[in-house]
Amino acid sequence: MYTDPKMLESIRKVEAARAENIKLDPRRMTAEEKDVLLKTYHPDYRENQFTVLYFGPNKGEKVPTELAALLEGTSRILNKQIDLSCPDYDTDVLIIGAGGAGCSAAIEADKAGARTMIVTKLRMGDANTMMAEGGIQAADKPNDSPAQHFLDAYGGGHFAAQKDLLYKLVTEAPEAIEWLSELGVEFDKAPDGTMITTHGGGTSRKRMHAAKDYSGAEIMRTLRDEVLNRQIPVVDFTSAIELMKDENGHCAGAILMNMETKELYVARAKTVILATGGAGRLHYQGFPTSNHYGATADGLILGYRAGAKLLYADTLQYHPTGAAFPAQIFGALVTEKVRSVGAMLVNCDGEVFMNPLETRDVAAASIIRECSARGKGIKTPLGDAVWLDTPMIELKNGAGTIEKRIPAMMRMFGKHGIDIRTEPILVYPTLHYQNGGLHITPDGQTDVENLFAAGEVVGGIHGRNRLMGNSLLDVIVFGRNAGVHASEKAKNVTVGKLTLSHLEAFEAERAKSGKPAEKLSPQLLPDYTRREEPTLAK
Amino acid sequence: MENMVNVFLFGKKYEVPASLTIMEAMEYSGYQLVRGCGCRNGFCGACATIYRIAGDRELKACLACSTRVENNMYVATLPFFPLVKEIYDIEKVRPDERIMMQLYPEIYSCVGCNACTKACTQGLNVMQYIAYAQRGEYEKCAEESFDCVMCGVCSSRCPAGISHPQVAMLARRLNGKYLAPHCDQLTERVQEIRDGKFEKLIEDLMGKPLDEIKELYNHREIEK
Repeated sequence: MYTDPKMLESIRKVEAARAENIKLDPRRMTAEEKDVLLKTYHPDYRENQFTVLYFGPNKGEKVPTELAALLEGTSRILNKQIDLSCPDYDTDVLIIGAGGAGCSAAIEADKAGARTMIVTKLRMGDANTMMAEGGIQAADKPNDSPAQHFLDAYGGGHFAAQKDLLYKLVTEAPEAIEWLSELGVEFDKAPDGTMITTHGGGTSRKRMHAAKDYSGAEIMRTLRDEVLNRQIPVVDFTSAIELMKDENGHCAGAILMNMETKELYVARAKTVILATGGAGRLHYQGFPTSNHYGATADGLILGYRAGAKLLYADTLQYHPTGAAFPAQIFGALVTEKVRSVGAMLVNCDGEVFMNPLETRDVAAASIIRECSARGKGIKTPLGDAVWLDTPMIELKNGAGTIEKRIPAMMRMFGKHGIDIRTEPILVYPTLHYQNGGLHITPDGQTDVENLFAAGEVVGGIHGRNRLMGNSLLDVIVFGRNAGVHASEKAKNVTVGKLTLSHLEAFEAERAKSGKPAEKLSPQLLPDYTRREEPTLAK
Repeated sequence: MENMVNVFLFGKKYEVPASLTIMEAMEYSGYQLVRGCGCRNGFCGACATIYRIAGDRELKACLACSTRVENNMYVATLPFFPLVKEIYDIEKVRPDERIMMQLYPEIYSCVGCNACTKACTQGLNVMQYIAYAQRGEYEKCAEESFDCVMCGVCSSRCPAGISHPQVAMLARRLNGKYLAPHCDQLTERVQEIRDGKFEKLIEDLMGKPLDEIKELYNHREIEK
């Protein structure tokens, strides 16, 4: 509920301008304008927030300071005696992480007949996939093509994407949608079966498929149900805390830790798939995040220590529209679909200051500029923000559109007394996605033999910025791909003697570099407990 | 000074700021959560919670991540509930009434008490979607249950032992796969790609010098 007189005054300006604002179709920024905007306002360009790595596969490259501390952190099991001679688990394909990518991989590996096992830090489905709202891209309309999809994604990612990965993403997109449909995912369709598709930021064709604004949740719960139907073993509340290798230097499993009892287990596998997701809960630069509780970059740490190179680890995605008010939902995702279906970004004076469907990095930088240099933000208890004028949606598309197309958003704000059908909402960028991650080949393998990766933990598919709807797509396409190739590869693998010697080698490199360890890693969970002793009520 | 309230976490009293959600109140009180915490934003159902305000006869249910604390709130989280999840092969089942009878016969023992609906943390009409499932009306069941986060509170309140979220899950998959109209366009496009129809187009694009690709991108036509 809005009670602050200044906010209310600003809302009146937004309301007064709405009828005129709706008619606007603000021009897109030119390439040069975008370039200057990003360099001046995007958080990726704040040099003092990055650190150069002292050692490891990406020595000499810069990454966010918080990530550097973990990449160059100390293993949780360094100098611990762990008996590797009789593993607690033995499987063909070990999948670490049970979000969209992990579950897609598991289904394909199981289908291929491999003994498959999933370990996950929390529950199956506790993942960013579950929280993806807006949709999934695929070029399946007559006016569209995979080449057009490629052009949008390649340009949106600043021409930095690894071309062979992006090729795979766009050419296998329609098949991914079909695969999900066949599993029973309910996409929004017209009565004749035509997919209802919209734009996302930076798309040149309407190719965003959705399941209301629960797109990721609908996909995730269906994949989870399928994993359960296939009776694939899922070891939950158990985190992988190191990878394991064999004497040939090939990845051969992982050391696991029960998140509740802290008991350690040894899991031997012929191939391993890292599908651990992103890093929003590291709160880079102090940003709030739209990410899941477990998004702490664990897979990057495990892979890096085992010798896998990272690609574009210095580029993060700040989703332009995180909830900025009220405080209880600070940083929560306000799906881009809100803009796809007609809402515009408006400043404190009720002025539309940009085309609402620029790419995410450009939109985020533009909002930051509005709130800083231009001083046109709206003050909230946690900082400045801009309006996302949601009532425009129903003026453009008719009453009932919001409940039908973005019910989750209506519910999220409704719980806090804000009716998005009649009142605009306050937004500010929130840490949303890790553009970079582990380097892979089109087969999904990292630089370490028999170690595969899929999903947000991978870098290179999207270049230096990802378009809306390409991440849900990426977890399905590359999750399945990793499952197929890891199970195929496992057929010809004989695991040698198990070893954790890469951990000692990593420490030796540290010693040589002179960089002291600041933290134990992987982090596993964020710590939100209050620092001082809790107050016991009198 | 911040406005403080008393909350009773598993019966133990803590004083916390009134502006916090139940989940934040637990963390403020010193709990490092492992269970009962997921997306922290109302999508994953990890933080089902039962509470009662002292003096109130009614038990309420909510998601801890998206519910604000109240004074004298007695809180018990329900991080896991033993739902029945039946195994089936989605390729072999058919969207007829029989399948529910086979897999979830307890839905026919519903006594109509409506406790599930009253308890739903998403405000769904749970009893109604179970009624649709009983009649084999899976499309309606799917629509009515669509916003379910599978937190399991409904089932914890059900005298008939129904696992409502799993019943709805089955109904949605049946609807998505068998009942919803088929998208022919999608099937055609998948076939066209398999036949290599777009290969040359995309390979030509990928093979162009960077400046040319940039030019194409910066001047591409955007569908209205």
